[in-house]
Amino acid sequence: MQAKKRYLFVVILAVLLFIVYFGSKSDRKHGEVTLSLQKREFPTYLESEAVDLSSPRRRRESVTSDFKSGKCRMDTCFDFSRCVRGFKVYVYPVLERVSESYSKIISTIQESKYYTTNPDEACIFILSIDTLDRDILSVNYAKNIMPKIAHLGALWNNGRNHIVFNLFSGTWPDYSEVLDFDTGEAIMARASISESRFRPNFDISLPLVGSTLPPKGGERGYMYTSINNIPPLRHYLLGFKGKRYLTGVGSETRNSLYHMHNGDDIVLLTTCRHGKFWQKKAKELNDTRCDIDNREFDRYDYKKLLYNATFCLVPRGRRLGSFRFLEALQAGCIPVLLSNGWELPFGEVIDWKKAAVWADERLLFQVPSIVHGLSQPEIFAMRQQTQFLWEAYFSSMDKIINTVLEIVKDRVKSYFSRNSVHWNNFPGALSLLPEYSDVLHTYPSFYRQFAYKSDNQFTAVVYATSPVLLSSAPLFRLIRTVAKSTFVQKIVVIWNCDTPPPPSYQWPADLGIPILVKTKILRSVSARFYPYEEIETDAVFNLDEDSLLTTDELNFSFKVWKEFPERIVGYPARNHYWDEAKNAWSYTSKWLNEYSMVLTSGAIYNRYYNFLYFNTLRPAAYHIVERLQNCEDILMNFIVSDVTKLPPIKVTHRKVSKETMLPGKAVTDPNYYQTRFKQRQGCVASLTEIFGYMPLVRSRSRMDPVLWKDSVSNLRKKYRQLEVI
Amino acid sequence: MAVRLRVSLMLLFGLAGGIVTFYFIYHVNSAKSQEEDGRVRHSFKRSPGRETVNLQNLDSKPTPQNSKCTYHSCVDVFHCGYNDRTRISVYVYPVVEYIDENGSQASPVLSREFNEVLEAISDSPYYTNNPETACLFAPSFDVLNQNNVRTKALGKLYSLLQWWNDGANHLIFNMLPGELPNYKTTLEVDTGKAMIAGGGFSTWTYRRGFDVSIPVYNPFLENAYLQPKSNLESRKWLLVSAQVGLHSEYKEVMFEVAASEKRFLIMDKCTEGKNWDFKKRCQGTVEYTYPDILQDSKFCMVLRSAHLGHTALSDALRTGCIPVIVADGYVLPFSEVLDWKRAAVVIREENLKDVVEVLKSYSMERIYQMRRQARFFWENYFHSIKAITETTLQIINDRVFPYVAKKYEEWNEIPNPKAVWNPMFLPLIPPSSQGFTAVVLTFNRPESLFQVISKLSLVQSLSKIVVIWNNQAKPPPPMTAWPLIPKPLKIIQTQKNKLSNRFFPYHEIQTECILAIDDDITMLTSDELEFGYQVWREFPDRLVGFPSRVHLYGNESNKFKYESEWKNNISMVLTGAAFHHKYYSYLYTYNMPGHIRQWVDDNMNCEDIAMNFLISNVTGKGPIKVTPRKKFKCPECTNSEMLSSDTLHMVERSECVNNFVRAYRSMPLKGVEFRADPVLYKDDVPNVVKMYTEVGSL
Repeated sequence: MQAKKRYLFVVILAVLLFIVYFGSKSDRKHGEVTLSLQKREFPTYLESEAVDLSSPRRRRESVTSDFKSGKCRMDTCFDFSRCVRGFKVYVYPVLERVSESYSKIISTIQESKYYTTNPDEACIFILSIDTLDRDILSVNYAKNIMPKIAHLGALWNNGRNHIVFNLFSGTWPDYSEVLDFDTGEAIMARASISESRFRPNFDISLPLVGSTLPPKGGERGYMYTSINNIPPLRHYLLGFKGKRYLTGVGSETRNSLYHMHNGDDIVLLTTCRHGKFWQKKAKELNDTRCDIDNREFDRYDYKKLLYNATFCLVPRGRRLGSFRFLEALQAGCIPVLLSNGWELPFGEVIDWKKAAVWADERLLFQVPSIVHGLSQPEIFAMRQQTQFLWEAYFSSMDKIINTVLEIVKDRVKSYFSRNSVHWNNFPGALSLLPEYSDVLHTYPSFYRQFAYKSDNQFTAVVYATSPVLLSSAPLFRLIRTVAKSTFVQKIVVIWNCDTPPPPSYQWPADLGIPILVKTKILRSVSARFYPYEEIETDAVFNLDEDSLLTTDELNFSFKVWKEFPERIVGYPARNHYWDEAKNAWSYTSKWLNEYSMVLTSGAIYNRYYNFLYFNTLRPAAYHIVERLQNCEDILMNFIVSDVTKLPPIKVTHRKVSKETMLPGKAVTDPNYYQTRFKQRQGCVASLTEIFGYMPLVRSRSRMDPVLWKDSVSNLRKKYRQLEVI
Repeated sequence: MAVRLRVSLMLLFGLAGGIVTFYFIYHVNSAKSQEEDGRVRHSFKRSPGRETVNLQNLDSKPTPQNSKCTYHSCVDVFHCGYNDRTRISVYVYPVVEYIDENGSQASPVLSREFNEVLEAISDSPYYTNNPETACLFAPSFDVLNQNNVRTKALGKLYSLLQWWNDGANHLIFNMLPGELPNYKTTLEVDTGKAMIAGGGFSTWTYRRGFDVSIPVYNPFLENAYLQPKSNLESRKWLLVSAQVGLHSEYKEVMFEVAASEKRFLIMDKCTEGKNWDFKKRCQGTVEYTYPDILQDSKFCMVLRSAHLGHTALSDALRTGCIPVIVADGYVLPFSEVLDWKRAAVVIREENLKDVVEVLKSYSMERIYQMRRQARFFWENYFHSIKAITETTLQIINDRVFPYVAKKYEEWNEIPNPKAVWNPMFLPLIPPSSQGFTAVVLTFNRPESLFQVISKLSLVQSLSKIVVIWNNQAKPPPPMTAWPLIPKPLKIIQTQKNKLSNRFFPYHEIQTECILAIDDDITMLTSDELEFGYQVWREFPDRLVGFPSRVHLYGNESNKFKYESEWKNNISMVLTGAAFHHKYYSYLYTYNMPGHIRQWVDDNMNCEDIAMNFLISNVTGKGPIKVTPRKKFKCPECTNSEMLSSDTLHMVERSECVNNFVRAYRSMPLKGVEFRADPVLYKDDVPNVVKMYTEVGSL
């Protein structure tokens, strides 16, 4: 018995020890993870719903009154009710001289489609008082603006719904960001703004622009005329050339650049020369580098360095922003930013990570290793992005100002606003109107990116201007031809004729597709582009009533369009040329080896362009067409090429697409056609002026069916009608 | 009886003694191992320490939260580069319970969620147990809910932390800031320069680029099961509001709106009192299950309640119910990187009355997209404390190392295998002054090679000829034997006879445009080649060339077939005579998926098909065939697939196509029905007018 008990005791003890040992062993096995903590029951952090006791209305009121001036937000300093009837911009007061840059801003706004002359319907106000340069030592400093602002009267309303533009603030020695006049509740569109002073989603950060920036058009990105190759490296890895200030605000960074300069692949040049007394100052400060720096500085040409460097340093100057930034962007030299706390231009919408490298002023010497660390495809992509951003938002004053207006408009109409994809992908936000659609893939430029398959149908839009007398009329013949296409979904006839259309029973029947006759239309040549709701397909085939195109031609061009959904694809091709005599661009219909336009009397394109035609940011262009009742097709080509930067596509060799005479179209005046043609030549010139550049691009190729006119049996060919034209 | 007692006692003693002995040994051992490490290992994961502090007599002076902090002014970056200059390291303080002079607990009680935060940090790649090399420090005081915190005491405790340094580089997680009655929108503790990862920041308390706005996690639904639902399924309700305890002002407006919109469902809790059931919501007497009801609605109201941030947002994302956020000034979670416009509707409080009108203006397609985006956000950044913590650290990491930061697309784009990302997204038309480089791959056919070289040299835009001499056994002929041409000629002798050599991005190739051409293609005219180059300039992201092929799908065999018959469509252009951008040579050499390059070299075949796959795959575009030219056979050619009798060859080529489809997991080739001809081709105009006359023969 006793032995049994003892035996039992030992066994129990052994088992217990065993348990204890392995218990702690498993503790150790999990390493530190299974803590004794875990075995405790933890309460959850959230016990119950907190009850909201304060009145939201009162809270809103107190927020609105508390968060003013430095704490302004759209909710507290902007009157949305002014914008209910639309986004309109009013400029006042009528004023005297302003600086060149500021007058560019004002004239851009006056040409904008948002411009209004009626302050009552305005949502946004812009002062014609020049506030750009508030550096008291600067030549462009406008004096006495405080009293002017004080006398603005009721419209000023402490700056509410105003946008105030400013490029320079503060002066030597502290370069304060505080402006020398009271901006009240105005939205500040400023350059060189710092993160801490920037009121997020309220202020807008501008790039620092020189007075040489053109009002429109602007310099092309350097890559458009140079090389985009792999390896994407240029002669120098990293370049910079600029002043250094020896002492004072923001001088440290530039003063230490020489440490990284190696004269080989890293070329960072600074000069002490600025102001009259730099030598004296250098001596005072015991800065002995000036002579060496200046010598190196003079050895390199700035432009050469800029265009031959892969990366360009953009260090802060006295202020955070620097002219170097836009210069580098234009040159396709990837900016390396050394400007701690700088709010990047349009940073609210632009993802700068895709086009620039952020470095830290505190870690200056890491810069070489950072840029070495980027892969070739990364550099290849970033460089293209610099070019896209430059041309989309920065290359001219009108782009910068339109970007400002669109940012504010997106805030005001936030339900139909652009997202980051619109802003950061080619062709950019100014070409992508958010009112068109709330889904990205419906914009032709995004089809591939979002794997969207456009529908396999088109809508034929037939523009009719002459009365129909016979059932064999060209219009009816065209309708029958179109209806034979397997891809047509609907025919829309735009009836722009004084006599009413024939009664419905006279129209061709049993076609299997609906025909819609639009009689209540805009009485204008532009009516053929009107974005009717009834056009449901992505593709629109625009045709004249007397078009001779065959079904095969319609089908083939539709197939080609499917591969080029962002372009105009069609038959009548035209070209533009530089007219030395007139010193302007002109228009020709000669048969040439090149073309830059495809006329819309027989062309297929994405319906988005219909929308863009009527909602373009350039109302002046539309007004030319309306005034002349001509050139609508030229304008359409301008609009599309302005978006795509590409030529249209001509298909097969048909050139004449019309019958010569139609009843009712008989024009007795022999000069009529010549006048029309002269007008068209003038249109190309004046549209170029409105666009600020010549957007048309020439092409030397046309698209034919793969076996077209080849010496093989016609039976093997798909588009046989095309063989006999 | 007595014996039994004695035995039991002995047993007990023995047991106790054993345990004590064992623990003693164990602890001594572990202490030893610490010393052996040479430094004290600090880890929060050990059982909590306990310390007593005299809060009254503490002479530390905590500084209030510095509202002016920015990344550059308050984060010390000099300790962040120890790892590899791409990743920060985060140290977690050991958990210590502080007892004040009155014997009550001064530090907050640890919650389950905060424990998970600490674990998530330590399981993340950012974790370090060495405070000396840490970039960030995470104090282990649980302040997820300010209500559970003695704020004054905690400020003092923070300043006791060994590396506190006025909070610089410290990261504090807080989901519910503020307290009755006003509920401030940031943690009301003296945190100095510490970063706050906070739920419910307002735009005025959020220090942009410094703090991180995080979601408010909902622990009540941790284990809730939801019926899986398709994104495209129709949903009964337009809008539901399922929050409880909303202010009556909001409710009034909502009821008014709901009066004219039947598909707007407003619910509240079912029973009053403290212990109501979180998983039940009622509208009058009708009872609904939460959060399942959210799955039946397109939109979900997320109204401001006591806090700016609310769990309702997470619940909505989880159920694919598009959040309608009505909370003025709220800084949305992770808004630094997430594009909320794609997943939520934000309405100003003043406009709450228009909510239905606004929502009805959204197209169905947009709703599907937003729903997917909401779910995407949930699954990637919101679904657990771990995900929230990791996202927070990633955001901070992106700030410290912006040059390796995730781009906008990587954060927001739902991966879609069918979407293409064209590396040449800019519509550049390369200037013709560059010209093209002809790259001729040759093995042992000098006569025809020399003929090709002579012909090429006549092409106006040719800038250079590079001959890839792929024959290791036989050196190239001496320079004197080569034809004299007015353009530079470069011969590259390869190390190994590989087909892929023709696509190697040699630095001798300085133009963007490469004409890959076989050494037996002697029939192409200069006009054809010049025209081909001009077409390539207009389509530099495509393969532009002369010999075309097409792939067909055999419905019976379920396989693709390679076809060289003259068809009405084409999907490939053979690189025996084709222009491509040098970037594609780079991609071919360094970036082609699925070991295709190896396969091509092993089988000595199909490098041209591989190139077609590569280009169509990254661009989503078809190739372009130029001019009618179709016959490429020459008398001396031996290896020609033109002989349709060569069935074995066709079988091999078809095999390649099917092989590559497997490697890409899809068929990237795109068929087109057109070819490019000169604008005046076959036009009835005199030849003098035409720019390219020698075009048109088959």
